[in-house]
Amino acid sequence: MTMAEGDLAVTELHFVRERAIEAQPPPAAMTGAVGWIRENLLSTPFNIALTILIGLLLLWLIPALANFLLVDAVWSGADRDACREIVQHREIGACWPFVWERLPYFVYGSYPIPERWRVDVFFAMLAVGVVWLLWLEAPRRDLGSAYFFVVVPVCSFVLLHGLPAVGLPVVDTVLWGGVLVTIVVASVGIVVSLPLGILLALGRASRMPTVNLLSTMFIEFVRGVPLITVLFMASVMLPLFVPEHLEPDKLLRALIGIALFASAYMAEVVRAGLQAIAKGQYEGAMAVGLKYWQMMRLIVLPQALKITIPNIVNTYIGLFKDTTLVFIVGIFDLLRTIEVSRIDPKWATPVTSTTGYAVASMFYLVFCYGMSRYARAMEARLATGDKR
Amino acid sequence: MSTDHLAGQAPARVAFYNDPKIRSIIYQAALCAAVGFLIYAAATNAIDNLRRAHIASGFGFWDTTAGFDISQTLISYSSQASTYGRAFWVGLFNTLLVAGFGIVLATIIGFIVGISRLSKNWLLSKVATGYVETIRNIPLLLQLLFWYNAVLKSLPAMRESIVIPGGAFLNNRGLFMPEPVFQSGFGAVVAAIIVGVAASIAFAIWARKRQERTGQQAPVFWVVLALVIGLPFVVLALKGFPLTFNYPQAGRFNISGGIEVLPEFAALLFGLSIYTAAFIAEVVRAGILAVSGGQIEAAYSLGLRPRPTLRLIVVPQAMRVIIPPLTSQYLNLIKNSTLAVAIGYPDLVQVFTGTVLNQTGQAVEVVAITMLVYLTISLVTSLLMNIYNRRVALVER
Repeated sequence: MTMAEGDLAVTELHFVRERAIEAQPPPAAMTGAVGWIRENLLSTPFNIALTILIGLLLLWLIPALANFLLVDAVWSGADRDACREIVQHREIGACWPFVWERLPYFVYGSYPIPERWRVDVFFAMLAVGVVWLLWLEAPRRDLGSAYFFVVVPVCSFVLLHGLPAVGLPVVDTVLWGGVLVTIVVASVGIVVSLPLGILLALGRASRMPTVNLLSTMFIEFVRGVPLITVLFMASVMLPLFVPEHLEPDKLLRALIGIALFASAYMAEVVRAGLQAIAKGQYEGAMAVGLKYWQMMRLIVLPQALKITIPNIVNTYIGLFKDTTLVFIVGIFDLLRTIEVSRIDPKWATPVTSTTGYAVASMFYLVFCYGMSRYARAMEARLATGDKR
Repeated sequence: MSTDHLAGQAPARVAFYNDPKIRSIIYQAALCAAVGFLIYAAATNAIDNLRRAHIASGFGFWDTTAGFDISQTLISYSSQASTYGRAFWVGLFNTLLVAGFGIVLATIIGFIVGISRLSKNWLLSKVATGYVETIRNIPLLLQLLFWYNAVLKSLPAMRESIVIPGGAFLNNRGLFMPEPVFQSGFGAVVAAIIVGVAASIAFAIWARKRQERTGQQAPVFWVVLALVIGLPFVVLALKGFPLTFNYPQAGRFNISGGIEVLPEFAALLFGLSIYTAAFIAEVVRAGILAVSGGQIEAAYSLGLRPRPTLRLIVVPQAMRVIIPPLTSQYLNLIKNSTLAVAIGYPDLVQVFTGTVLNQTGQAVEVVAITMLVYLTISLVTSLLMNIYNRRVALVER
C-alpha cells in the first residue's frame, strides 16, 4: 500500500453504507425439509423421545395392517379351506372370498333375488335426493327437499314393501337385511327426526305451559335413558299398547323407537339454534304483522336451521352409528348379517370374524367420515358468511 | 280527552277465537285431550292384552326366586336362593363397576389424546387426530364385538394360558390375577390412609391460607405424598406386612383361586373407554383452545414460567369449558354400557331387561324400572352439573 492510496482511502471512507447488504439465506438447518423436521419432530429431547416412540408404534402398526388386509390376505377360494393356516401352511390375513361370496347377503339380506332391482332403485333415488339436498349450488333446492321428504319416502315404501296393485309383489320386512335395513333405519330416522325435532323444539320454547311441559318432559326423558331401553320399550311394550289386531311389524317398531329417540336429540340441537337468533328478529316479524307460524316459517327457522346445519349433521352421524343397535332387538342390519355370516361353518376360520368386522368398519367409517367432512365444510362456509 | 273518548267506546270487536288468550287455552286443552286419550287407549289396550296373555301386572315378581345364574356377582347371589330383586341389584352393581372403571380409563386416555392433538410434535398430533377420527366414526357396538369376538375370544385356550410374570394367567376365559388377602392388623393401615388423607387436606388448606397471608409457599406436593403414600407404608412395615396374596392355581380344566376378570368385562371396558376417550379428547382440545392466547402472554409478561402458567392460568380456565361436556360424555358412557347385552356382560340391561323380562314377561314393569334407573343417574348428574356450573361460572362485572 502506497502513501497516496492510503490518503485516498481515508478521505473517501464512508461510515454509512449506501446500499443495503443482500439478505443472507437462513441457515440450511432452519429451512426446507431439515428445518421442518427440527421444528416439528426434534425440537426438544422430550419431543425426540416422543417421535422415536411413535415412529416405532407406526412401524409396527402399519405393516401389521397392510399384511393383514393386503399382503397375507387370501383373494380367491371356494370355502374355509382357502383361509386356514393349517391347510395353506402360511400366515393368513383377511379372507376376502368370504366377503365376496356373502356380499349380496350383506347388501340385501334375504330380499328375494328377482326383486333386488327394487332395492337398487331405492338406493339410486336416495342418492339423488341426498346430493340434491347437500349440494348447495344445485338447482331448485326447494323441489329437492319436497322430493326428499315426500316423494322418496312414499316411493320407497311402495318399492321396498311392494304394492300388488301396480304389480310389485309384497316383500315381508322379515326378509329385509344388511345395508338395506341400515340405510332404511337411518333414512327414516333422518326424515322423521328433523320435522319432529323442530316441533318439539318449538314446543319447548313455547309460552303455553302445557305444551312447554309436555315437550320438555318428552325431550328430557328420552335423552336421559339409553337407546337400548327405548328400543326394548318399542319392541316389547308397544305391542301391548295397541289393539291385538294392529300389532306392528318388528322393523316398524324399531323404526318408531329410533325416530323418537333421534327427535329428542334433534330438538335440543334446533333449540340451540332458536336461542341463537336475535330477539329483534322475532320482534321485527311480529311488528310487520306475521302470525306465529308465518314468523317461524319465514323468518326464524330459516336462520336458525342454517346455523345449526353442522350440528344437525353431527346428530345424523350419531344416528347412523346408533342404527347398529337394532341388532340387539333382532333385526338384520348390516352388523347382524355379518355376525350371522362369520359363524357360518362354511367359512369359519380364525380370521373370518376380523375380516367381517373390517368390512363393517370401513362401511361405517366411509359414511360417517364423509358426513363429518361435510359438516366441517359447512361450518367453515358459515363462518365466512358471518364475517361480512 | 281523546283517551276518554276511546275509553268510552266499546273495544274493537274481535271474534273470541281470535283472542290469543282464548286460543292458547283451546290449543292446550286440545293437546291435553289428545295426550290423555293416547294414554287412556294405551292403558286399556295394555290391560286387555295382559289379561289375554294371563300376565299378572304388578311388582310381585320382585320377591320371587330367580333361578338363573349370573357370571359376575359383586354381592352374594345364588340361583337357588336369590330373588329377581337381588338379580336387579347384581346387575346394577355390575353396570356401576364397568362404568366407574370406564370413566377413569376414558378420562386418562382422552386427556392424553386431546393434549397430544395440540402438541407441537407433528407426528404425535397426526397420530392423535387419526385415532380420534377413526374411533369416533365406527359404531361402538361394532368395536365391542371386535374386542370380544376377534381379540379376546381368540386368545389361547385354558390349557395354553399365557403366564404373566407375577402369578397371573391370561386365556380366552379371562384374566386370572392374584387376590390380595388382608390379615388381621390391616385395619391399622386403612386407618393410616384415612389419617393421611385428612391430614393432607388440612395441610393444603393451612398452606393456602399462609400463602394468602404471607406469600410464602409450602412444599404441598411432597408433604401430601409423604402423608398419603408414606404414612400407610410405614404402618404396613411396622405391622409386619399383614397382606398375603391368593395366587390362581392352574388345574387341568380350570383355574381356581385369585381374582377372575371376565373377557366380557374386559371387552366392554376397552370398548367403552377407547370410544369415549375419542370424544373426551375433542372436548379437552376445544377447552384448551378456548383459553385465549392473550391470557398466556399476560402470564408470561407477569414473569410466570411455562409450568405455573399452565397450572394457574390455562388449566383453571380450560376446565370451566371442559367440565360440562365432559360430564355429558360420562353420562353417554354410562348409557352406552347397556351395549353389554350384545356381548353377554351381566349388566343391568342384560340381567334385568334381558333375562328377568324373558322369564317373567313383566315387560311394562321391567322396562319402566330400567328406564327409571338410568333417568335417575342422568338427572342427578345434571343436577350436580348445574350446581358446579353456577359455582365456576364467570362472574361478569
